[in-house]
Amino acid sequence: MAELAEEIEEKIIDAGLDKGAERLTKDKIEKVVNAVLENETGARLKMYVETCVHCGLCSEGCHIYLSRNRDPKLSPAGKVKRTMWEILKKKGKVTPEFIREASEIASTECNTCKRCAMYCPFGIDVAYIMLVVRRMCHKLGVTPLYIQDTAHSHSVTMNQMWIKEDEWIDTLQWQEEDARELIPDLRIPLEKEGADIMYSVIAPEPKFQPILLYYAAVIMNTAGLDWTMPATPGWDNSDMAMFTGDNEIMGRTKRVHFETAARLKVKKIVMGECGHAFRSVYDMGNRWLGWKMPPIPVIHAIEFYYDLLKAGKIKVHEKYKKSVTLHDPCNVARGRGLHDKARYVINELCENFIEMYPNREHNYCCNAGGGVINCGPPFKNKRVKGNKIKAEQIADTGAEILITPCHNCHSGMEDIISYYNIDMHTKFICEIMYEVMEKPE
Amino acid sequence: MDIFNLIYQLVSGPLVWVAFFVFIGGSIFKVFQMFLLINKKEKYIYTYMSLKYSLRSIIHWIIPFATVNWRRHPVLTIITFAFHTCLLITPTFLLAHAVLWKKAWNVRWWTLPESLADVMTLMVIIGCVLFLIRRLTIKEVRYLSSASDYVLLAIVATPFLTGFLAYHQVSNYRVMIILHIVSGIIMLMTIPFTRLIHMLFSVFTRAYMGSEFGNVRHAKDW
Repeated sequence: MAELAEEIEEKIIDAGLDKGAERLTKDKIEKVVNAVLENETGARLKMYVETCVHCGLCSEGCHIYLSRNRDPKLSPAGKVKRTMWEILKKKGKVTPEFIREASEIASTECNTCKRCAMYCPFGIDVAYIMLVVRRMCHKLGVTPLYIQDTAHSHSVTMNQMWIKEDEWIDTLQWQEEDARELIPDLRIPLEKEGADIMYSVIAPEPKFQPILLYYAAVIMNTAGLDWTMPATPGWDNSDMAMFTGDNEIMGRTKRVHFETAARLKVKKIVMGECGHAFRSVYDMGNRWLGWKMPPIPVIHAIEFYYDLLKAGKIKVHEKYKKSVTLHDPCNVARGRGLHDKARYVINELCENFIEMYPNREHNYCCNAGGGVINCGPPFKNKRVKGNKIKAEQIADTGAEILITPCHNCHSGMEDIISYYNIDMHTKFICEIMYEVMEKPE
Repeated sequence: MDIFNLIYQLVSGPLVWVAFFVFIGGSIFKVFQMFLLINKKEKYIYTYMSLKYSLRSIIHWIIPFATVNWRRHPVLTIITFAFHTCLLITPTFLLAHAVLWKKAWNVRWWTLPESLADVMTLMVIIGCVLFLIRRLTIKEVRYLSSASDYVLLAIVATPFLTGFLAYHQVSNYRVMIILHIVSGIIMLMTIPFTRLIHMLFSVFTRAYMGSEFGNVRHAKDW
């Protein structure tokens, strides 16, 4: 009778996964899986699988495991068991149904947040193993529909949101017009060769939140910075192809992005508050293209704001009064160590900062990143259920405002705030900065 | 010569050579194979490896309670550190083994007092039993377990159990000592080819993650 106490999992219908699996044969699977293993993996995968002693200590590192009643199937090693162990044991001779399931597991039950690597005594990188599984499934054409469509957008338009070239320029000019009502001589310089900074954004910004471009323009103008934005494709720093295992498109989009910055002869790229784009430029995209580190320095918004505040280029008119707490995004804290700079910025801008626990590198993932929220509506319920521990964590702070300096985290947090009925609002750092900063009159 | 002497000569002579050859040769082979694979497909690993950050990570994980996850599991931490310490030190510094090394190679080194060696041996055996209980009773561990996990526990426990029983001359000493030597040989030979290789590989995986977290991610991995 114990089965009744467990949730009955409904099978999620996803055309990408289902139709993709229908096209497979066992022969094709064996061929492709072994090709990936032979040509694209080496010591890392072998050693991770051989060194894991099945101790289960990684379990408590995973927010999904903790949120779903500590279901062993959802511990990091449990997810590897359900995917890679089976693939290796059967030497690639797995069924289409297995691949469909493995793709769902790797794409929607893991955010590749790497928290588990901090909990495993051997530092085994389960996120890497999940990405290898995604790569195999990508090569077999079995990827969740929504995120595959996003990868197609990258391929066709070099941006994540099917934004056409003229739509991009129109959006910038629209925000420039709006901002000129506040600061009459403000410009968003397009295609300015030799500027210090190229500001780069993720495609959802012009598509859904153009006001973030407005804020950026006001901040740049107030700080008196020499900046520009490209008018050509290559303005988007985001990278969903990285998360579907489509490394080739990841490489193409990153190359276009860096080449655009090189064409504009800028000294550095400053990017908005995004997490995964950051990982794409300093970790995965640059490596695929053969660069140890990004060829042109890329500064995340948090570090950018830190520098501006420290140098006094942006001054605070009156500190933000509402109580705030900070969600440390994986790719920014665990991923780039910007957690302390973020706290400096927030303490400069806000009066009442409340910490959540655990925090910094140990913060729980938002469950939206790593491509999971990009798998779209079919997986939303699963996603918010897998983030219960996050909901408890943020509610515990009692803060009114949740600062999330990452677009995916922002969306993920909004979903759980609504699902779990938490009385909080999410904000980006730039929203608060815009509100409290001294602006030119 | 009676059968016991024959078997004893075999297992404590040629078979020991085989055991160490397979253990040391096999381990070298595994590490060599690792470098071959890295050189062939993952040279970026060299780009990011850093001695400083490797050591930083290793040191944190090799000290009990120096990481968040060790602190979250205090009982397991105590058991596993005690187990592994006794596992490595006892066979190396046991008087009975030191006598054999002296006879074979004319080398001598410090040895454990016998009563301490007894306690440490029991620690290893009890550790294996506790690991077994853990594996059977904790859901997330049981889910990951299969026959090989239990066999490995037996492979590790048996040399220590039979050694303890032989030393204390419980039951037939001659049978027990043969079992001890053979089970020890089995353990040595299976190390390079099973998950017991974690004794070597864990250093490399930890060093790599420490380097990534320290060098690229500017974050702590403990």
